[in-house]
Amino acid sequence: MSSPLPLSQFKRDATRLSADLTHRERLQTAMGKYQASRQPQQAAFHDWQQARQVAAETKWDALNHLDVYLKEFEKNATARGTRVHWASNSEQAREIIVDLLKKHGAKSVIKSKVMTSEEIHLNALLEKLGYSVVESDLGEYIQQLRGEGPYHFVFPCMHLSRAEISDLFTEHLGTATTHDPEELTMIARRVLREKYITADVGFTGANFIVAETGMISITENEGNARLTAALPRVMISLVGIEKVIPRLADLALFLPMLATAGTGQPLTCYNSMYGGPRQPDECDGPEEWHVILLDNHRTRLLADPEQRDALHCIRCGACLNVCPIFKNIGGHSYGTTYQGPIGAVITPHLRGVQDWKHLSSASSLCGACTETCPVKIDLHHHLLQQRRNAVAQKRGGLEGLLWKAFAFCMNQPVIYRTMTKMGRWTRPLHRWIQGSWLDPARAWTRTRELPPLPAETFKDFWRNRKG
Amino acid sequence: MNTERENILGRIGEALRLTAPQPGHRDPAEPLRTAATAAREWLPVVEEQTESRWALFARKSVELKTTLVLCDSPSDATTKLLEIGRAENWQRVACHGKAAAANLAASLGLPTVNTTPSYNMAELESCDAGITECDALVAQTGSVLLTSRSGGGRALSVLPPHHIVIARRDQLVPDLPAAYAQLHATYGGRWPSLIAFITGPSRTGDIERILVLGAHGPKKLTILVVP
Repeated sequence: MSSPLPLSQFKRDATRLSADLTHRERLQTAMGKYQASRQPQQAAFHDWQQARQVAAETKWDALNHLDVYLKEFEKNATARGTRVHWASNSEQAREIIVDLLKKHGAKSVIKSKVMTSEEIHLNALLEKLGYSVVESDLGEYIQQLRGEGPYHFVFPCMHLSRAEISDLFTEHLGTATTHDPEELTMIARRVLREKYITADVGFTGANFIVAETGMISITENEGNARLTAALPRVMISLVGIEKVIPRLADLALFLPMLATAGTGQPLTCYNSMYGGPRQPDECDGPEEWHVILLDNHRTRLLADPEQRDALHCIRCGACLNVCPIFKNIGGHSYGTTYQGPIGAVITPHLRGVQDWKHLSSASSLCGACTETCPVKIDLHHHLLQQRRNAVAQKRGGLEGLLWKAFAFCMNQPVIYRTMTKMGRWTRPLHRWIQGSWLDPARAWTRTRELPPLPAETFKDFWRNRKG
Repeated sequence: MNTERENILGRIGEALRLTAPQPGHRDPAEPLRTAATAAREWLPVVEEQTESRWALFARKSVELKTTLVLCDSPSDATTKLLEIGRAENWQRVACHGKAAAANLAASLGLPTVNTTPSYNMAELESCDAGITECDALVAQTGSVLLTSRSGGGRALSVLPPHHIVIARRDQLVPDLPAAYAQLHATYGGRWPSLIAFITGPSRTGDIERILVLGAHGPKKLTILVVP
């Protein structure tokens, strides 16, 4: 979709946004609010660190027996009348969905928040084929009207002000200007209610899939996923294969941890577990329910035992919220479906190492992401491993030469001494070209001052001191 | 069709030939703990006494902006519901077939939509309140636990703008692990197609992280508790 290469797009957007003070202020305010609400919730846990450990152990068990649990899910879901499909990649998932829409003669689709559908670019395809597709999560709806992907996979429109949202609604829905968040929300509520009543197909994702009972679990605050799963005749859920957990009661730990890390709530407003379409003794719900299990290169990440734990991710978004890079460049700069540290770790596996390796360098390796992760993914070490893997796969020509030259010089005391001496003479000259096109270190010195060099080298200092 | 299933399972099997290191540098010889069995040890603590559990549930309700109404008797619940209905000028309500919810709805003397298998979705949408029973109340989180069986289907508790829950005093459970244990005891093997933990009225913070109630689901949640 995006025409420039991922690297040049990243550099362009990151440079622009990190200098945009309004954007930064908005990010800081939103992230400040997140921290303020998360801390008391985390402190309320009897032992948050042990909870993380047990959550990680549960996910380790699930991922390291993934085939067993997926088969168990399939068996239990099918027994309740759910149709389970398997898709290796985006094309297959899209084909299954379009076939289902055709089979049911559907015209309109209502969607709750589904990140996997961003992965397979579903909206663009369905719109091209003439279907009406409407996002029902408020943030996603706003982003859809803007023709933009989600900015943050938990807070899709956190970069917008209420005034911008009001203008957007005026432009697309013809509503009067209002800067009251409640009125803006009610406008969306009214518009989307009608869409619900008329939609043929409800489309959801899942936060967890439960092997033991063949259910999926959806976490939300607005109630849009509950309506999506209640009103339309057909329901389709597109789910990554890594979402499986062994037992229903595992959710007793995962649901409060997801809420705490995701939004700083003790529990989100609605946590719904769906087990099948409408059952014979029930009064409503979809007649058919299809679950599509999506691989889309997740097995490539699974095949890397060192980074396999990145599949433990429950998509709470906490690593974005604490990341000093995210706080400066924002979500869209990443150019990925999943932003921030987790996106930087998984995207190279899902979409190609060489195209996306630059994301692992967009990190200070401070470890804030690893520390905040509720399922203990070793994120910052994975970023480091990613750099190593990218180089091992394809040695950079010039960079490799430079490192070789550096190693040679560092190993020859005579050369080293000469160079540090020379540096003292040439340094004042560098000032004339600093940051300009003539400067070989331009990328670094354009925005940074080098520290001043002491008058003498350490070696000279030591010799003179003894003498 | 099924070939993709085999392909994916094949790739998984291939990938898992190498074992991943265990989390937290733990000793691989020790048995893994599971979230299902160990959750209570790490979750927020809930005290033993029934009174302090109710106090916790009441405190959580205030934080969540849920209205908690403790009633002396079923007739007291009726009186209090009539007051709410009058204050909000209800014209039509919805309920389901179970006794407590149906009786309460009937006592209002208003046109009522019952979520029978043939009910009309548009009629339900026009109701001012949906009255349901529930499976349990959870002290730890201030949640209402209901299912498509105890809550009259999937839509009744989420489509009308005001959700009224009628609960008994003995339905309070301490925490989420207890709630899941109860679900297993009640439904194990015969699961309803929806299980929902409802924690306060519908909300969103998508616009500048400012809390707004009633995003898509009910703007109000009222829990009437009878002895």
